[in-house]
Amino acid sequence: MDLSLSDKHRELQSQVRSFIRQHGGESPKVGGGRKRPDRKTLDWQRLLVEHGYVGRTIPRDYGGFGAPPDVMESAVIAAEFAHANIYAGLTNQGISMLVPTLLEVGTDEQRRQWIGPTIRGEVIWCQGYSEPGSGSDLANAQTKATLQDGNWIVNGQKIWTSSAHYADWMFLLCRTEPDKPKHEGLSYLLLSMQSPGLEVRPLKTMTGRSEFNETFFTDVKVPAEQIVVGRGKGWYVANVTLKHERLMIGDAGKMTHRLEQLIHLLRNTEIDGRSLIGVAEFRDRLLKLQGEVLAWKAHNLRLLTEAAQGVDSGVRRMIVKYGGTMLGFRLASLAVDALGAAGLPYEPQGEDAEDDDATTWNIDYIYDVGLMIGGGSNNIQKNIIGERGLDLPREPKVQNAAAIGRG
Amino acid sequence: MEFALSQEQRLFDDSLRGYLADRLPMERLRALAEPGDGFDAALWQGLNELGLHGLLVPERFGGAGLGMLDAAVAAEALGNAAAPLPFAGTVMATLAFMSGATEAQQDNYLPSIAAGESRFAVGFAGLAGQTGTASVTLDGDRLSGHLTAVMDAGAPTHLLVFLRDGTAAVTEASAATLTLRRSVDRTRPLTDIVFGNVRAERLDAANDKLAAARRVLDAGRVVLAADTLGAAQRMLDGAVAYAKERVQFGRVIGSFQGVKYMLADCVTMLEPCRALVWYAAHAQDAMPGEARLTALHAKAQLGDVGRDVARITTEAHGGMGFTDLLGLHYWFKRISFNRQVLGGPERCREEAAELQGWTLQA
Repeated sequence: MDLSLSDKHRELQSQVRSFIRQHGGESPKVGGGRKRPDRKTLDWQRLLVEHGYVGRTIPRDYGGFGAPPDVMESAVIAAEFAHANIYAGLTNQGISMLVPTLLEVGTDEQRRQWIGPTIRGEVIWCQGYSEPGSGSDLANAQTKATLQDGNWIVNGQKIWTSSAHYADWMFLLCRTEPDKPKHEGLSYLLLSMQSPGLEVRPLKTMTGRSEFNETFFTDVKVPAEQIVVGRGKGWYVANVTLKHERLMIGDAGKMTHRLEQLIHLLRNTEIDGRSLIGVAEFRDRLLKLQGEVLAWKAHNLRLLTEAAQGVDSGVRRMIVKYGGTMLGFRLASLAVDALGAAGLPYEPQGEDAEDDDATTWNIDYIYDVGLMIGGGSNNIQKNIIGERGLDLPREPKVQNAAAIGRG
Repeated sequence: MEFALSQEQRLFDDSLRGYLADRLPMERLRALAEPGDGFDAALWQGLNELGLHGLLVPERFGGAGLGMLDAAVAAEALGNAAAPLPFAGTVMATLAFMSGATEAQQDNYLPSIAAGESRFAVGFAGLAGQTGTASVTLDGDRLSGHLTAVMDAGAPTHLLVFLRDGTAAVTEASAATLTLRRSVDRTRPLTDIVFGNVRAERLDAANDKLAAARRVLDAGRVVLAADTLGAAQRMLDGAVAYAKERVQFGRVIGSFQGVKYMLADCVTMLEPCRALVWYAAHAQDAMPGEARLTALHAKAQLGDVGRDVARITTEAHGGMGFTDLLGLHYWFKRISFNRQVLGGPERCREEAAELQGWTLQA
């Protein structure tokens, strides 16, 4: 057990600190992320890539910084940006999910073409996975693509496509081999959002905003070579991508930040002239949450160490999304309860204005329910924990699914 | 940065677990629980040979000179085996002598702790936030009064008592009147103690005796948290194994999502607790600024998660879990015991609130 930094990491830490001192003023505001990055954000992102604070381990040939893999370096960089409350760069599905997927299974040409522009924020991606009839049962995707004269012709519908209304490109899971068993009939295509026949309709959610879209495909043409790995390999590629999404959702840094905001809120909210942090019922809930956040922070250090040592964390990684979303929701719940009646006025703003504090907490509280459902719902996570983590047997397959529940 | 057990710690853990599995099978545990007096001389001696009792005693006094993380590793293994052993008392007494005793007192007591010749029951008159009554006065070297529900009471040779202001006093167990009480955890009794103007040694070499007393108390709490972690993990492992064997409706019950989700919940609650216990134990030695807060949260969090895991895993065993036959209840009750002694979750969180200045704001 050694929680101190090595000389190499201390050196990096002081580099990051001096970068932040020198350039911190150019940083866009932390938060946001509901719209296309503006000029200021793109300039900042480019600066971060140049200094190796984004895309650090991505080879230079693909537009990255080319540092050898070292998760501890990423952790040092993230901690310094968080501590200084400086924007640590774009987090979006292209950067967090497609880039690692292409690095793992893409062709050299695909990596050269897409990784650089994606990490610089010049190309924004959306994810075409879920469909109205295949959510948790993702492998049941029915959107189909058939090969005609060197093009895939795509027809069908996707749902929950966040950022589709401003994205440039989509990574799409669709059925190309209708005669094969369901997991073997899928392919993973890359397509332009400008393609004729593609229609994006905003999907208003329970937050009152439209964080997601429905996307409709009518004879959309996609050049045949815009496929990742190959025909029938879509399920394999999709799982490579999902692995990265689940880690993105259960972020301990986000919980720590939210806890700090919550402590601030309880200190500064009064009922009958008493600060809520002095009211036992609120304070006890806060303390319970503080203990849990401490546990997840320590757990995160353990995962980080295991990643650095090349140890498979197994079930310890599988619990992150389920445990993290539940804790995040309970943190937001206490904030909403502390705000009480005065926190009920709710005016979510569009993409170009900031929400007031009470609305922000209420959006977190409501949006977190979505996080429990998206990226593999928490019940799916519990299946994964039970079956892959604890080695419990799967539910027996239903032989005639159509006859049950629809009969 | 490396947040992991060292190779030496893993080897120590393996040898301890191997020894306990060998020496403490279920029938032996039952035999020890029958009288309920909480002491097994052979086990005590065997663990002495593994170096357990002198774990924290500095090498110059014959110990291993190790730290609280090592103690937490040991406590987890002891909880896993439901070992009847006054380990928290040994850890707290060692730290009390290291922080509050004169050199002569250290010379006198620490080697005998390391050699497994002394066993300490440690009582807090106030400070720890236990229920029960406690009224102890120290007049010069004379100790009077009484304490109830003192833990680690299995065959103590010495008693270490902390007064409300942090003053500590040591006396021989034979000088006081001890009334052993079998507890809900039949492997670990409690004792009520009456001191009738008995001679005691003051431990008052610490600069800030209240802070030193709290460090001892917090170390005891970390040990109990680690013990609960080991006990809860044992119950979870048992429930997972049972769910893979037990067949109902023509399927093993672990294939039903109802059962699977109960166990998935347990692992999701418990696994971050292991990191919390390690972090808190490490903080006691290496991060003074975080030591109190993390010890309090570890004790509180393991108290709550331990209870949930104990209840859910017992339930997963169905009717068999409720019987005496499987013996699951030894771990269930051990977890209950650990929750209540040295201050329950409510008390620990209240102390954490005070520590952060959250109780003063009106």
